[in-house]
Amino acid sequence: MHPIVRLVLQRVGLGLVLLLAVSVLIFLGTEALPGDVAQAILGQSATPESLANLREQLGLNVPATTRYFNWLWGILHGDLGTSLTNGSDIAADIGKRLGNTLFLAFWAAVIAVPLAIGLGLVAVRYRNRWPDRLISGMTLATISLPEFVVGYIVMYLLTVKVQLFSPIATISDGMTLGEKLYTIALPVLVLVLVVLAHMMRMTRAAILNVMQSAYIETAELKGLRPFKIIARHAFPNAIAPVVNVVMLNLAYLVVGVVVVEVVFVYPGMGQYLVDHVSKRDVPVVQACGLIFAAVYIGLNILADVISILANPRLRHPK
Amino acid sequence: MLDIAGKPLLDIRNLKIGATVYPPGERPRDVTLVHGVSLTVEKGKVLGLIGESGAGKSTIGLASMAYGRGGVRITGGEVFVNGRDILKGGTAGLRALRGREVTYVSQSAAASFNPAKRLMEQVIESCLTHGVMPKAEAEKRAVTLFRKLGLPNPETFGDRYPHQVSGGQLQRAMTAMALCPKPDLVVFDEPTTALDVTTQIDVLMAIKEAIRDTGVAALYITHDLAVVAQVSDDIMVLRNGKTVEWGTTDQIINAPREPYTQALVSVRSHEHPEKPPAAEPVLTVEAVTARYRSVPIDVLKNVSVEIAPGRTLAVVGESGSGKSTLARAITGLLPPTRGRIRFAGRQLSNDLAGRTKDDLREMQMIYQMADVAMNPRQTVGTIIGRPLEFYFGLRGAERDKRVQELLDQIEMGKGFADRYPAELSGGQKQRVCIARSLAAKPKLIICDEVTSALDPLVAEGILKLLLDLQAQENVAYLFITHDLATVRAIADSIAVMYKGEVVRYGPKSDVLAPPFDNYTDLLLSSVPEMRLGWLEEVIAHRKMESAGN
Repeated sequence: MHPIVRLVLQRVGLGLVLLLAVSVLIFLGTEALPGDVAQAILGQSATPESLANLREQLGLNVPATTRYFNWLWGILHGDLGTSLTNGSDIAADIGKRLGNTLFLAFWAAVIAVPLAIGLGLVAVRYRNRWPDRLISGMTLATISLPEFVVGYIVMYLLTVKVQLFSPIATISDGMTLGEKLYTIALPVLVLVLVVLAHMMRMTRAAILNVMQSAYIETAELKGLRPFKIIARHAFPNAIAPVVNVVMLNLAYLVVGVVVVEVVFVYPGMGQYLVDHVSKRDVPVVQACGLIFAAVYIGLNILADVISILANPRLRHPK
Repeated sequence: MLDIAGKPLLDIRNLKIGATVYPPGERPRDVTLVHGVSLTVEKGKVLGLIGESGAGKSTIGLASMAYGRGGVRITGGEVFVNGRDILKGGTAGLRALRGREVTYVSQSAAASFNPAKRLMEQVIESCLTHGVMPKAEAEKRAVTLFRKLGLPNPETFGDRYPHQVSGGQLQRAMTAMALCPKPDLVVFDEPTTALDVTTQIDVLMAIKEAIRDTGVAALYITHDLAVVAQVSDDIMVLRNGKTVEWGTTDQIINAPREPYTQALVSVRSHEHPEKPPAAEPVLTVEAVTARYRSVPIDVLKNVSVEIAPGRTLAVVGESGSGKSTLARAITGLLPPTRGRIRFAGRQLSNDLAGRTKDDLREMQMIYQMADVAMNPRQTVGTIIGRPLEFYFGLRGAERDKRVQELLDQIEMGKGFADRYPAELSGGQKQRVCIARSLAAKPKLIICDEVTSALDPLVAEGILKLLLDLQAQENVAYLFITHDLATVRAIADSIAVMYKGEVVRYGPKSDVLAPPFDNYTDLLLSSVPEMRLGWLEEVIAHRKMESAGN
């Protein structure tokens, strides 16, 4: 077997094991909460009889291990259970919400990743000169402000001062792609500003590290233009660290955008999760937790695989 | 041979080069590296620049491309290439010069190739960047150069990545890369220094033929006078950024005028008389076989050697022959899979964990890279004092007294105990490492290429110190090296290693006397000799032999 295939399979296998471990943690975590679902539904004033009845009805009297495996078995068959608060099928609810979140994350990533890497390359080209300082300063400023502040500033500037966009980014099925993109422009902008700095700075640092190498000197002594040296000779050797940071930020775009969703009233996973946490809707919280973990682990495996593929020593063994 | 305008190809006038240094704990200050050096190279000629490290030879070589490494900058003088002062051309003018009129071959080709790109892409890059020729033609020229430089499978060689070919092949590929855009001048910066002698001779011949066939001029930078004598028409000897002597190769080698050049020429003639064998060996290695966990091949095969007290066993061989692995097996860092090690009359555990503190104390090591073998944040006194505390429990004034004794032994007087490694020269660092190993009062010191990173004159001083200490302390040395001149200077007995086996072993006088086995013959005949025409003789001799077989 080609060593790359083996390495990739190994990573994917490890990811699956990790996901299983996370599912145990999520289950244990919700299990360890004081009171149980029945208590949560019926409230503090519930009689012991009604509690016992509801527990029976919900299957809470079976041992925890059995419930865990039932839960896991259901998930493997696409059944995430039913919501306690409104009795709807969680999988169907989440499906739509996840779609919306991924839509937002996708467009933010499509803009932010190339922009961050491009700015990183420019910063290296003009390192310690004004373009570098300007880029570093701006990105640092946007990452230092909490995202809701960035959100409100952007909203104030682009909906109140200059009335270009609507402050509400609620999309629905009937919209065309163009309408949808116009609607989500503001949250995308905020997300781009938030994730830009981290990726750009990592790109800059990783390439500067490579710029110390002897082969960069070789390229300089060939009379190559500085930007060509950075893009053609330095960047390919800096892919591994950059990809890892890019993936962390992509994961953030999926699992960490609660605040931005709330600010712009965007119907995504984050809002859905927050709503149900406040209602102690345990099956929904568990399902969301598991999906977030899967996204996180999946993207990190992808980062690992790309790093492996970017290494010519592994791609072309002796 | 002057060109039409009557001007030399490269004309450096009164070149001054400086840099800013940042000594630890002091304010940064400007230093001058090159103090007004002038030289010329005419078309098709080779000028050898020779000197110790710090002589400024690489700095001058790079200055011919108006390039300064790190904070190095040209502070004065003029550099004319093809009649143009390149220091006045601006960055665009420099880009047009670099990789087109002047190209560069570095010491470490392995680091100078981009690991992420195929060799062909890198070799023809300057041709394409400067529009010298179209891609197809450049690739054809590269293949022709690969063939001329004796690279295997020249047609497909360029499809490989740098990590897929050997160090000697990369050095040749870098020469091809430098010659591809048909430059007027190539700067060779120690191109064979990192190679084994057996590889060096082939690369040297390839470079020499390529220079002759393409008619290119060259600056050939090296610290090895015997090497530069083989390839250059003229030689300039540099020291501390100044010209010591400049003349034809014949004059420099056969009739050096300056005392410093005379010292360089004579440095290799030192020979240590072999001591008579002693009765009881201090170390006996019996049929040791060892392998690394990740590689299913024996790196050491059935190795048996012994060393007597106060004697030196030199282990020679090229890189990958298992010399350092033998040291690791003896010290227990790599437990042998088979075989036994007897030391000071007792059986040693193969495994490091099974050895007593005395076992560890009586066997010490000195490494090639003295600066990475010391903690940069500890003073010399702390570094040497550590084994005194650890093995003998010495503290305070008693310890300091012993540290000073050891410093006196390595001929480094008072005041050194408070210095940090960064404040020492390469030779002084290696002396401190010697003192540290001596502090443990060992019976055996394993010296792993301890002089390889040092300049010839400094290395000679270290070897002399080691011999003096051996006479005083009766300590035995296992001396690992790839340099046969060093072997002659220090060894009592020699083990020649090849592919994990000892192919020749015995007293120095026997090992270095004919008849030789094939490998020892190859090794011995590959050591450059300081006379004109040596390279051609050896190559011709080898061709004749292989034709005869």
